[in-house]
Amino acid sequence: MRQWTRKNSLSGPKLRSEMDGHEASVLRSLVASVLGMLEDRAAQTPHDDLAELTGLRTGNPTPPDVPALARLLPDFHRPDGDGNTHPDDTSGDLNGALRSLHEPGIIDAKLAAGAVILRTVPEDGGKVVLNPEQAEAWLYGLNDVRLALGTTLGIDADTPDTLDSEDPRAPHLDVYHWLTWMQDSLVQALMP
Amino acid sequence: MGAGQAMPAEAEIVEEVELVDRPWVTVVWDDPVNLMHYVTFIFQKLFGYSKAKATELMLKVHNEGRAVVSSGSRDKMEHDVQRLHAAGLWATMQRDE
Repeated sequence: MRQWTRKNSLSGPKLRSEMDGHEASVLRSLVASVLGMLEDRAAQTPHDDLAELTGLRTGNPTPPDVPALARLLPDFHRPDGDGNTHPDDTSGDLNGALRSLHEPGIIDAKLAAGAVILRTVPEDGGKVVLNPEQAEAWLYGLNDVRLALGTTLGIDADTPDTLDSEDPRAPHLDVYHWLTWMQDSLVQALMP
Repeated sequence: MGAGQAMPAEAEIVEEVELVDRPWVTVVWDDPVNLMHYVTFIFQKLFGYSKAKATELMLKVHNEGRAVVSSGSRDKMEHDVQRLHAAGLWATMQRDE
């Protein structure tokens, strides 16, 4: 994997890098897994007579059970710190309502970002050339993969750079750090 | 007295209810996965903040654990939280404290 560089061309700025076949296949598989989780989640929407009647799209009102998915789709509302009660926002229903209303759009955005990576990652490795919109989709998609993997690995501020080689998580942590490096390199190349 | 003349309207007593209409805020929380450069980039991208302001907010999240990144009506905050979640940041909305 090469560091991302930004070059201006006649058709606008291009972000370039290169990855080998193994890296391309690891990345594709990770992105596909996250997209699979999100698609399953979207399919779990309970039947809603009212939504059927109005044609309004509604999503699942309850948070996901799987920690990685719960991190990708967090709650919207946090009651204010002073402990005051407001009739319209302290019930758990507000989070359910907000989730049901907005989650389908968030899932769509994540699916679209991941799809850009799958479309632009070289099949057997090689050069990657992205326009700024595609590069932005890569940032979002890479971030979702890092969130899912980081949550599953239990990444926190004290996580070391490498784990003991006997630790079954060691190779996965290496992949996580590789994704971190790739995303950070891309955001710095893209940043105005 | 001609027919149909309107009777004087009975004065309605309007009870003044004191509603403190506090605006809503969007809060971004620190988490161990999101990168500093990425969070700065998202603040610039979503809110049109200058690099200096976006960096300042990012550092506030990093050092203090949270920062208010936008404020306004509940609808607008829903929109902001939705976009932040799409970008993978850990954001919530609440009434202004």
